[in-house]
Amino acid sequence: MNFMASKQPENSLLGPEADSQRTLYPYVTGTSVVALKYKDGILMAADMGGSYGSTLRYKSVERIKPIGKHSLLGASGEISDFQEILRYLDELILYDNMWDDGNSLGPKEVHNYLTRVMYNRRNKFNPLWNSLVLGGVKNGQKYLGTVSMIGVNFEDNHVATGFGNHLARPILRQEWHENLSYEDGVRLLEKCMRVLLYRDRSAINKLQIAKITEEGTTISQPYSLKTYWEFSAFANPAQGAVGTW
Amino acid sequence: MFRNQYDTDVTTWSPAGRLFQVEYAMEAVKQGSAAIGLRSKTHIVLGCVNKANSELSSHQKKIFKVDDHIGVAIAGLTADGRVLSRYMRNECINYSFTYESPLPVGRLVVQLADKAQVCTQRSWKRPYGVGLLVAGLDESGAHLYYNCPSGNYFEYQAFAIGSRSQAAKTYLERRFENFSDSSRDDLVKDALMAIRETLQGETLKSSICTVAVVGVGEPFHILEQETVQQMIDAFEIVGEQEGPAAEPDAAAAAGQEAAAADQGGSTEEGVAPMDI
Repeated sequence: MNFMASKQPENSLLGPEADSQRTLYPYVTGTSVVALKYKDGILMAADMGGSYGSTLRYKSVERIKPIGKHSLLGASGEISDFQEILRYLDELILYDNMWDDGNSLGPKEVHNYLTRVMYNRRNKFNPLWNSLVLGGVKNGQKYLGTVSMIGVNFEDNHVATGFGNHLARPILRQEWHENLSYEDGVRLLEKCMRVLLYRDRSAINKLQIAKITEEGTTISQPYSLKTYWEFSAFANPAQGAVGTW
Repeated sequence: MFRNQYDTDVTTWSPAGRLFQVEYAMEAVKQGSAAIGLRSKTHIVLGCVNKANSELSSHQKKIFKVDDHIGVAIAGLTADGRVLSRYMRNECINYSFTYESPLPVGRLVVQLADKAQVCTQRSWKRPYGVGLLVAGLDESGAHLYYNCPSGNYFEYQAFAIGSRSQAAKTYLERRFENFSDSSRDDLVKDALMAIRETLQGETLKSSICTVAVVGVGEPFHILEQETVQQMIDAFEIVGEQEGPAAEPDAAAAAGQEAAAADQGGSTEEGVAPMDI
């Protein structure tokens, strides 16, 4: 009999109870986010789907949110973790505003803060299961960055999460250029989102495109893309594909 | 100030509503050797008088780099100053690590002031006996702040603290309106002139003063002794008893630098030493 058995406090992360507290797999997930820099700022697109495994369960999930005056945050992955991140950022921006001085946290600062949060959670084996896209404009400087659930972060002229990396980035690498007009930027994003809609089974045809410029943020009302399913390649997809069914 | 029955600890108010311990702490600042600061729209210069205790010893460090964009000059208990500099460096480095962005000076100064205030409201602590001139850049430009042992802080165009700082303040008061648009070199020259004022006739040499600069595109750094000596020679800023023959030349050379501000300086060289 172990009379001297030490008892952990209920909320301890040590011992067997701790494992049920760690994130092991995501439950309600969002799919790709795609974003690019254009002439006046950043454009970001994401659909409004929240999948529960293979079920497209929620169809009005806003996966892009404004942060403070200067930033937009888009997330894919676990929706509840995204909501948690929004709470952290809300507090961060609140304290920043409470200083009430001429200074404010710009997109670069928010991106780095998120990187620290994601990386530290990963180190504790309790990640926030998201891939984040952070874009914004401050003092004329455009900023677009991404952070993954393991804390990998970088900036670029165009970024995407999940399937977007495989399907959208190649399109952007071909067709993105400096000083895209707003219309060209939206057209390019829609092209990417259409490909994702055709090919990503977790994508739904209801998306929002968000824009951030020096003046502020706008997130569009949800809308759908026109699709065409009569391509001959779609009619007989197995043709020419050896071994497929 | 004379001793009274309300000055034993910092948590006792006097009937007149004063905290004597805090005021005594500010007295310690006045006893330290002088430190001055002045700023333009894009640069800030800090200077201080560094007197060694004896010929055998080196002088105390009174100017500290806190980050690439922030520096501080102290007057008073230098030990307290070192501790506060370490705190400031820590805050800057933590902010930089989390946000990859420099900590805005205004916020650092408030954190410092709040830290000093704590010591005025705990019976087991004493106020910091050091005044800090914090020079730094942020988004809104160049800033110079003075942090007091009382926990107050003020922003200045130019200021001087420590012993005989009044002489420097008088000099700065006459010239501060021009500082905003001064060039970096003019600002350094004004700093050296202000330091000279606190020396009361003693020759200004780079071995007894330290000058540091921070500005847009120029990280905070302490100027090398030779550079300072060269500037002293170039501006002909010498002690007032050094030969009136040198002064017309000084006036001519000084006149070639910008503005009327210089005229004020050169006429002053013909005047008798101040007897404070």
